[in-house]
Amino acid sequence: MKSVEEIKTAIEAAVPGAGVEFVSNPSPSAQHSLRLAPDRAVEIARFLRDDPELALDFCSNVTGIDWLDKEFSEKVKVKRTVTKTIDGVEQPVEETVEETRKRVEPGYLEAVYHLYSVAKGHGPVVIRMRTGNRSDRVELPSLTPIWRGAEFQEREVFDLYGIVFKGHPDLRRLLMWDGFKDHPMRKDYVEPDDYEYEPTPHDAVLKRAQAHKAMAGK
Amino acid sequence: MLGEGILKGMAETAKNFAGSFVSEDRLTTVEYPEQRIPTFENARVFPFLVYDGSDWAAGMRCVACQICEKECPPKCIYIEKSQDKKPDFVGKPQFYPARFDIDVSVCMSCQICVEVCPFEAIKMDTEFELATDNRFGGLLLDREELAKSNEYYHRIHPTEADEVDARLNSEKAAAEAKAKAAAQAAAAKSADAAKPSPAKPAPSTGGED
Amino acid sequence: MSVAETKAEKLDGWNRPPAMEPEGEGELLEIAMGPHHPSTHGVFRMDVTLDGERVMRLKPVFGYLHRNHEKIAEGAAYLASMPYTDRLDYFCSLSNNWAYALAVEKLVGQQVPERAQYIRVILAELTRIQNHAASIGFLIQEMGASGTPLMYAFRQREKIVDLFESLTGSRMMCNYMRFGGCRVDVSAAWLESARTVVAGLPAFVDEFEALLTTNEILMARCQGVGVLKADLAVNASVTGPLLRASGVNYDIRKVDRYGIYDRFKFRVPLGDHGDVYDRYMVRVLEMRESIRILEQALPAIPAGPIMDPKAKLRGFRPKPGEAYGRIEAPKGELGFYLISDGSPNPYRYRVRPPSLINLTILEDMCLGQNVADVVLIFGSVDIVLGEVDR
Repeated sequence: MKSVEEIKTAIEAAVPGAGVEFVSNPSPSAQHSLRLAPDRAVEIARFLRDDPELALDFCSNVTGIDWLDKEFSEKVKVKRTVTKTIDGVEQPVEETVEETRKRVEPGYLEAVYHLYSVAKGHGPVVIRMRTGNRSDRVELPSLTPIWRGAEFQEREVFDLYGIVFKGHPDLRRLLMWDGFKDHPMRKDYVEPDDYEYEPTPHDAVLKRAQAHKAMAGK
Repeated sequence: MLGEGILKGMAETAKNFAGSFVSEDRLTTVEYPEQRIPTFENARVFPFLVYDGSDWAAGMRCVACQICEKECPPKCIYIEKSQDKKPDFVGKPQFYPARFDIDVSVCMSCQICVEVCPFEAIKMDTEFELATDNRFGGLLLDREELAKSNEYYHRIHPTEADEVDARLNSEKAAAEAKAKAAAQAAAAKSADAAKPSPAKPAPSTGGED
Repeated sequence: MSVAETKAEKLDGWNRPPAMEPEGEGELLEIAMGPHHPSTHGVFRMDVTLDGERVMRLKPVFGYLHRNHEKIAEGAAYLASMPYTDRLDYFCSLSNNWAYALAVEKLVGQQVPERAQYIRVILAELTRIQNHAASIGFLIQEMGASGTPLMYAFRQREKIVDLFESLTGSRMMCNYMRFGGCRVDVSAAWLESARTVVAGLPAFVDEFEALLTTNEILMARCQGVGVLKADLAVNASVTGPLLRASGVNYDIRKVDRYGIYDRFKFRVPLGDHGDVYDRYMVRVLEMRESIRILEQALPAIPAGPIMDPKAKLRGFRPKPGEAYGRIEAPKGELGFYLISDGSPNPYRYRVRPPSLINLTILEDMCLGQNVADVVLIFGSVDIVLGEVDR
């Protein structure tokens, strides 16, 4: 099978202007992946499926990942003018001070597809797409028209992560019920306080159960 | 011939029907609770706490290290550490659980607590008839209900218990030997200190001083 | 233009099941099969639209058993998820254990000792036999043969499950495999009893086949029902016996050669028509091949350790990275996708459930069939709701 870099070159040759990025995987599994630009993804996916050499006709696994906003704090040296009393006289003095600055890298949702070839027996080729952010730009193109096997799995990702797959023929919640709000697999999901009392006499569970009971009593 | 397959199948059921009167292999069910199938030695249901000797409170092996509480996947264990210490099986003072609860309505019998316990204190029971009319309190076992003697452990898991005992005995022997050696060394040292021998050359570098 | 292009167009058109035209004047009837339908093996609903007896539309509804297994696993340590994997496909807990252990071993680059590899193969093949026997039993029961084949299957399954219990301590929730090996060693006595059970299996499969394979009722009900075409099956990510019954030669034991499957001689049974009968037949033949693997593996098991000496039970923290590991579980491709961020808990833990994904084409298989055959087609997919809903 072609290496991931070779697949990247092949895609770039077949789909001009395809924004494909190599994403390295440091784990010993060495399953490196390709990040596709969402606007060309369907075209690229069709190429991956129909190219006689790659023949990735089998989309095994589709899943979502939630990457929260990352906060970096870095120390920066800044020059500042400080008023100091020198020899009894107040005068401005320039000083170099270390300052901690916080930089926030916005989070995003990611859809990951694991592709195999039944015809050739090779794989996996991992492709991934990122949304713009986690709140309002959560649309990605659906690959269900290319691989039918993604149908339920994309529905599941929509349900649990909230990625909206454009072009999906039947995008509804899969596991949660239709009236449900929020997306339970997101990292910042807060469980609703509506569970049954559990007998466990300790832990956060007990505290919440007591709080819940107190609320219910009012 | 149409119906041949059905007749062949009927012959098979007839064979099994007749066979069930004579062959144990063809009739595998028993009339529970009058008849019982003996449990396997490895069988596991819910955990219990092992104690040595006759008094459960004194002989409890658990030292309230709370590793099982932390590793338990459904978090069904609750431990409160004691304030004071009591001697363990080698005589070393150790903490003991002032409270040790297992909620068996939450426990999923995965045995991870047994695997992670470094003190051979928690083991799996084979008792499965635990029905109770109180869903909450009746299924919350405290340390007294959980405490079972080492003899009981030997009765339900003989092979495993022998291995554990051998390991503990060797640990105890090692600890005793160490204590003995330490006592001897201390005695020798005090003897040396009392009567310094001039024949013995003094250490050139003062490691101890 | 070319053949390839027409094929591609055909594949693109398959993202929906074909629309059905009603015959005659009658009104369409909408019924909900399930969630408490005896054939659904748990709680599962199919909203079926009928034109008389003909199925016009079928929408599966999931989630009645949803407990967000993935979220629970992301909040727990790596080892703590092992007992939860037992509860996915509770018929095949040992296969689930293996798939999870395999994914973690890929993530950290762990090696598994020889003896543990053999134990894993033996247990996985025993699991496959008992799963296939039971699933055929359930299929036949749904067809109306209430009990007899199922009880014969369960009688045999009982012996295999007893083997599991005497080794792992539990009949179904085995929680046996660990990252880099297995939990307890098999004794000589266990291997001897396993040999006895395996020696009895061919006679059981023969008896089972005599009971069923040429039975005219079974043939009339199953042949030509629920046909699944090979290229649609591949496009819809169908795996396991369902895929092979459609004639696609794809067995992960052969393709990935995970574990030590390259050492054993076995064939991959394939179907011709892709109907319910072929699925039944593929499962029977797979049982026979599994017996063959067991007959090779049981005498060849070497002595040695069962755990990687570097494996750690507590304080297990894989380096950052990700891995996808998959095995050929009795129901299809069972995969685990893990992302580590270097903490004791996985950042992302994903189960690729064969049962759920095999249901993608349930509607395609059922359209135009009689409503009574829906039960049969559904049974031939062989699902467990614990895995579908997770």
